[in-house]
Amino acid sequence: MSDLNQQMADRYKNNFLKEIEEQAEMGEWVKMCMQCGLCSGSCPTNFHPGWDHPPQEIFMMIRAGKREEVLSSNSMWQCTSCYNCYVRCPRKVPVTHVMHGIAEYAYRIGKAPKAQPTQHLSKTFWDNATKYGRVNEVKLTQALYFKDGIGSGIKKGMEMQDVALGLVKAGRLNPLEALGLGHKCKDLNGIHKMLAKANELEAKRKGRDQSKA
Amino acid sequence: MAETKTAAYICKGCELGNRLDTAALVKIATKEGKMAVVREHDFLCSADGVAMIRNDIDNEGVTHVAIGACSRRAKTEAFNFTTVAMSRGNLREGVIWVRPDTDEARETTQEMAEDYVRMMCAEVKAMQVPAGNQKTGTIKTILVVGGGISGMTAALEASKAGYKVVLVEKTGALGGWAAKLYKRVPTREPFKSAEDNGVADLVARIDADANIKVYLNARIAKTSGAPGRFKAEIAIESGASATEDVGSIIQATGFSLYDANKLPNLGYGKSPNVVDQAGLEALAKEAAAAGKPICRPSDGQPVKSVVFVQCAGQRDASGEHLQYCSGYCCNTSIKQATYFKDSNPDIDTVVLFTDLRTPGNGEDFYRSAQNRGVIFSKGVVSEVLPNGNACTVKFKDLILNEDTAAEADLVVLATGAVPNSGPELEALADAKRAAEGGGEEETAKVVAMMDKSVLNLDYRQGPDIPHFKHGFNDSHFICFPYETRRTAIYAAGPVRRPMDIAQATEDATGAAMKAIQAVENAGLGKAAHPRAGDLSFPTARLEGCTQCKRCTVECPFGAIDEDEKRFPLFNESRCRRCGTCMGACPVRVISFENYSVNTVGAQIKAVDVPDEFSEKPRILVLACENDAYPALDMAGLNRHEYDPFVRVIPVRCLGSVNTIWITDALNGGYDGVMLMGCKHGEEYQCHFVKGSELGRYRMSKVYDTLKGMNLETERLMDMEVAITDIATLPAKINAYAEQVKAMGPSPFKGL
Repeated sequence: MSDLNQQMADRYKNNFLKEIEEQAEMGEWVKMCMQCGLCSGSCPTNFHPGWDHPPQEIFMMIRAGKREEVLSSNSMWQCTSCYNCYVRCPRKVPVTHVMHGIAEYAYRIGKAPKAQPTQHLSKTFWDNATKYGRVNEVKLTQALYFKDGIGSGIKKGMEMQDVALGLVKAGRLNPLEALGLGHKCKDLNGIHKMLAKANELEAKRKGRDQSKA
Repeated sequence: MAETKTAAYICKGCELGNRLDTAALVKIATKEGKMAVVREHDFLCSADGVAMIRNDIDNEGVTHVAIGACSRRAKTEAFNFTTVAMSRGNLREGVIWVRPDTDEARETTQEMAEDYVRMMCAEVKAMQVPAGNQKTGTIKTILVVGGGISGMTAALEASKAGYKVVLVEKTGALGGWAAKLYKRVPTREPFKSAEDNGVADLVARIDADANIKVYLNARIAKTSGAPGRFKAEIAIESGASATEDVGSIIQATGFSLYDANKLPNLGYGKSPNVVDQAGLEALAKEAAAAGKPICRPSDGQPVKSVVFVQCAGQRDASGEHLQYCSGYCCNTSIKQATYFKDSNPDIDTVVLFTDLRTPGNGEDFYRSAQNRGVIFSKGVVSEVLPNGNACTVKFKDLILNEDTAAEADLVVLATGAVPNSGPELEALADAKRAAEGGGEEETAKVVAMMDKSVLNLDYRQGPDIPHFKHGFNDSHFICFPYETRRTAIYAAGPVRRPMDIAQATEDATGAAMKAIQAVENAGLGKAAHPRAGDLSFPTARLEGCTQCKRCTVECPFGAIDEDEKRFPLFNESRCRRCGTCMGACPVRVISFENYSVNTVGAQIKAVDVPDEFSEKPRILVLACENDAYPALDMAGLNRHEYDPFVRVIPVRCLGSVNTIWITDALNGGYDGVMLMGCKHGEEYQCHFVKGSELGRYRMSKVYDTLKGMNLETERLMDMEVAITDIATLPAKINAYAEQVKAMGPSPFKGL
């Protein structure tokens, strides 16, 4: 992974903006930001102490070539996808999508912060959904509860006991999913084929991008 | 003129007939007003009502008409009798619309109406029929000073409307700043690419226009006369001279770039690779002519990176540089950035700004530059250091809040505009006074200042148009664009306020329209803005004049000179009819035919002042006709009620208020006097610029008189009123009325 990072860093040298434009999905919008700060002001996580930089700063840092800081920032992972910034941006920059695009790129080249909960959820969700063709809720929940070890997993499970039982009673949660049973998709094989094809197309597109760059 | 015959007309329309006892009003007009003819009509502004008045004028010899109906601001087209003297009693907006329709209010409402009838009769009897200024000039030619975009546009627009134009340009070619531009910012959809500067086209149209006479390498050596009959002496560089008779003048002398030598911290003068915007245009033209990319001056190598520094020596809070925004420089830098990106997208192009201001359709252009890859960073540049063939631009990134630096082959400073206006008149007057002693240095200073003069006006008040702010020749850019404080002389383009080419084009067109209006009005002996069309003009009874010079000094428009015997010499065509001279005159010898110390004084005296036991105080309101009176009318329109004991008299300007009116009113038993005038000072809204300020200054002296009369100073109330104070004004009047009632009746009642 870090090899890929080095490759990209070498290829774009000092032009981080160009790197983002070509490698991150929706990255071509970064240059259109006019630094009004409406996205930062609209962000519900802005008052959350945990984030490194509001979107306005991330955009500015990209233009200023702060590669390391941007890619290892936790900001993109704090996004709740509420789309306030997207809706309000006077320049119609799809800020939410740009943030996701940068996050994905940072993950792809191995620069994303480790043990970031959102990132963990995304990865777990993706693996879970692609494996079963639809989300296996019990396994997903288990993976999340036990991500910090057995002790904290059991503790969280006990805390949520009432909710879980309520869901089971209402027929919204099937405990048998823990055994890989429960509802399934009709054509798991088909889904896997579809995903494989999508991967192939994506790689081809990225490859074309690379040959252009 | 024929014998005076007066007539009063009382309207019963718009509910007046139901709310008021009009028969009693007719009686008052007849018995107290002593009007020769008095008539009622159900609908006075109807064709039938107007025909009735017209018939009395045409066939009955009526010369003085008093109309008791709606406000003087309403139905002006119906009641348009220019051959007679006319007064209007405001019974609708001033009485029934501001009073409740209740039994208790009926008596005081009727008394209010009766007073307004008395006032209109008294006023019209004190009036004369305005004859129009006889010293008119009928020259329709328009002089345009300055041959840049603004001047050329003004000339072409005036010519298109059928007027002859004399265009004077100080350099050897038309075109001004725009001619120096490689390209101009886009003017049409999709606003993405810089365009041809358009100068060649304008010059060709001027050359082909038989109405326009052009003087190149020429300056105005002297301007004398007045609207409709100015004489402009034109001095040509070759030594020749010419005299042109013109009716009005448009000053379109444009701007100069702020001197970048004053910005050594930004590297100007230290490195040849630091240029101002004009410097870059020159480089771009040179490069285009040679078919090469733009090269840096130090070694002639193509520029690979460029940094634009916005607000260089502008919007400066320290007071050292320009305090204002020049309005065009952001768009210009965007345009110049595209010069680079369009020739080679790999050139690093950075614009450092604090606030990017893109008037017109500049926002689209801004976006297109971003799309081309121009980097816009919010930052303040502290220093530009020469670094071999490059420069280091040190700046504070305002978004990331950190000090940082950028390397660039070329640095472009957006330095902003300084108006090419004439000398500041007050400073010039001071310098002239200092030079009266004959000191060489002082005299040289006066010569240097006069050297800057654009118009060399032969006016007592100085050779040029007064400055507004920061040296710009404006009078008030919101309320009266193009107007200057010299009648029939209009400022257009960046000499008036900072602006770009698109705005200057529009501005010049507007100024041409005003200049045409001015020559037409001057030819008819009528006033210009804001009393456009007014036929009255001031006259002075010189045998009473004490030569105190207050009128000549205070006239905001430089209309009054002094003759050889040091008496005031009115230039009626320069006059705006504000009456500031009339208010200033301590011996009250200045008057207008239809507006004088007597016309207002007679109204004040005509009001019935009840005795001290009646509990009916009287409050006189002198309201500015431009803002306060319309606000009162609109308060009526919105049925905002106010106290029935006020009597409002419109005045042309607070500056025209003569202190005798105040003392007469208080001596006559009025319990209070309210003055309503416009805001003055830096953000003034006075239509006559200085009128309200001068009026207020004079009123400050009246307070001493009040003390001398043993009266409370609160009996005089001076209030700033804006035309928008519609809802709040009645409450303020009522509050003052309560204050007056609490003070008790004036001790002068019944004396």
